[in-house]
Amino acid sequence: MMASPSGCWGPVPWIIATVVSVVMACLIRTRGQKGHKRGVQGEAFLMGNKMLPEHRSHVRAHNIYWGFFQGLKRYYAQATTMHTGIVNDYIIWFLTFLSITLIVVFALELL
Amino acid sequence: MDVLLAHSPVLIIAIPLLGAFLTPLISRVSDKGRDVLVIATLVFVEFLVIILAVDIYLGGLHIYALGASSPLLARPEHHMAPVRIVLEVDAMSILMGFISATVSLAAAIYSVSFMRRDTGKDKFYTLLLLLTAGMMGLEFTGDMFNLFIFLEILSLSGAALASFRTGFVDALEGGFKYMFISAVASLMILFAVGIFYGQYNLLNIAALAQAIQYTTLDKIALALLIMAFIMKLAGVPLHMWAPDTYSVAPAGTTPMIYVASQACMYALFRVCFTLYGVTLNTLTIGWIVIGIGLLSMFVGVTMAVYQSDIKRLMAYHAVSQSGYMLLGVGVGLAVLSDSQALSTYGRQAMGGGIFHIINNAMYKGLLFLTAEALFYALGTRDLNKMGGIGGNMRYTCVFFMIGALAISGIPPFNGFASKLLIYESVYQFNPMLSVVAMMVSIMTLASFVKVFQSAFTGPISPHVRAVKEVPKPMLGGMGILAAIIVFFSLFPGLIMDQIVEPAVEALINQGTYMNGIMGGMS
Amino acid sequence: MTQCISNIPFLAVAALIGTGLSIIVFNRNLIKLVMGITVLEAGVNLFLVGLGYRQDGGVPIYTNACHTNMVLPVPQALTLTSIVIGVAITAFMLSMIMVIYRHTGHIDAKRSRTLKG
Repeated sequence: MMASPSGCWGPVPWIIATVVSVVMACLIRTRGQKGHKRGVQGEAFLMGNKMLPEHRSHVRAHNIYWGFFQGLKRYYAQATTMHTGIVNDYIIWFLTFLSITLIVVFALELL
Repeated sequence: MDVLLAHSPVLIIAIPLLGAFLTPLISRVSDKGRDVLVIATLVFVEFLVIILAVDIYLGGLHIYALGASSPLLARPEHHMAPVRIVLEVDAMSILMGFISATVSLAAAIYSVSFMRRDTGKDKFYTLLLLLTAGMMGLEFTGDMFNLFIFLEILSLSGAALASFRTGFVDALEGGFKYMFISAVASLMILFAVGIFYGQYNLLNIAALAQAIQYTTLDKIALALLIMAFIMKLAGVPLHMWAPDTYSVAPAGTTPMIYVASQACMYALFRVCFTLYGVTLNTLTIGWIVIGIGLLSMFVGVTMAVYQSDIKRLMAYHAVSQSGYMLLGVGVGLAVLSDSQALSTYGRQAMGGGIFHIINNAMYKGLLFLTAEALFYALGTRDLNKMGGIGGNMRYTCVFFMIGALAISGIPPFNGFASKLLIYESVYQFNPMLSVVAMMVSIMTLASFVKVFQSAFTGPISPHVRAVKEVPKPMLGGMGILAAIIVFFSLFPGLIMDQIVEPAVEALINQGTYMNGIMGGMS
Repeated sequence: MTQCISNIPFLAVAALIGTGLSIIVFNRNLIKLVMGITVLEAGVNLFLVGLGYRQDGGVPIYTNACHTNMVLPVPQALTLTSIVIGVAITAFMLSMIMVIYRHTGHIDAKRSRTLKG
């Protein structure tokens, strides 16, 4: 058990809960139809469209959060152009933040 | 045994150095002998770290004065100030030392078979051991100038390791960027050391901490040190070298370079808490650290979700996770001079941050190693070309899942334990901070779902055929880290009380560190 | 007047560090970047040595010392160490640039950026 500001936390209940849910899932799975054969009860389909061949049905990595990237398009355009990959720019960032820190450290003393 | 214990602080640095220079010699005789030597060296270092750690938790900090008749004689007689090179190891240093030793060991075991196809392995292992020595020195030193020297050893060997495969132009570019920013950052640190020496004629951290006045020059030195260390630990927006370097470094060395940047984070905390302590304007500096932490968390994770190069994705996660540590410890720093707030939530926040350092080194190391295992087996880092390899690489898949669940903070894994502490205590400081922290955690999970879905599940991609599980030493390296993660997950309370609490205490109590060397002096 | 003269090393330090940083920021040639680092390093080293200087100070050797006023030896030891490290870093970076040039045929920071975004 580990103390935390609002009580305590331990992994044991979570492990028990995980084991119980896995056992339940297995139980439900064993109650499935044993005599099921592929293809006999019809092909799988998606919205009436014919399924793509198997290797093309896998969603590739860059398409997974397509909508999210589309929504944040401007942020990503900004962020990727800022990361120029030129080593001089990295030093410019360093010097900029160094001067900001210096200003903050000195300015707050004057207040 | 007692002799070993008394000399262990210096042996932990000296043995990898000795091993580093023996490696090319043994390599001329036999390759197998060299592998054995490297791993034996690191196992011995790990053993020394553990016995030293036990002694520190039981009996307080250790000092070691080099060149003195007795290692405990930090100040020569008739001298007011310590003039010798002194190593000072307290609970925080040894925690970082444990991380470095463990990750180096796992990385070396992993590299034995990963580097099988490469030439020039004698140099590779020399650099690997030098990097270990550099990290250990940076963590154990009690002297500002030695901090600079070990930082340079660490940067030089880290950059050489990152660009080890000189056949790839991107590896060279990544290594060059790392070396370049390290050179600038360490010169800034040397300048700050010069400022201290000019004012106080001292280099020893404990003696400086006693003398420091927080004058105008000290403020300039503080700004230089903070920004230089933040650059080295890859805090946004000075993080840009990190994805470039981590994504090209060969296998085992990526976690090591990452742990080296964590050692720089330790140096940042050492400077803020022990060197300056309450003399500085803790609220301002605390908010600077918190601000960098928030930016790192947010920018790191949003960029990570976007990547399709697996190692670059992991590298951005490394940046994002550093943000949590800066946030947790930054909150502790912000309330350092307010003893009531410190005891209600400041300690917990720091505990969360430091617990996160040790957790993160383990699971991030594991994830870097699994990413490299995929690269080893498939020959590509591009996630778009992967698919359906979970069945062929079962062990890698399991290790990846352990790492991914831990980093996303899914209970009951250890990542959750440290994140919970950070959320709850930071909430009492400023609720918005914990909202951001939780959101970042959700996006971390999202990006690992992306990796899992595109690499391990689905039909086997036509780009990768006949994938085989990686060789056993690689699995062994990953296994060590996975076992530690599981252990930390099962006993978070034990780790928290026995290892993290003394480290928090060591950072907060500036006096203990000073007394270690200046003891008995007014 | 003596105040003015004793400040001259520090003015030189400022000039060297400023030059070094401006080379690092404004030059795209990788070799010139390394030169910038070297100039910056010279500035920092001069700073360390300048700190240790005492007006009319002698050599800090205690055996048969004829001066009672000596310059500080520690900064000189530090500078020596830092010069050695600097040589290692310069050599290492130059050799990396050499291999980059062999691969790509140029040493332009702007064009050598396969890693970005």
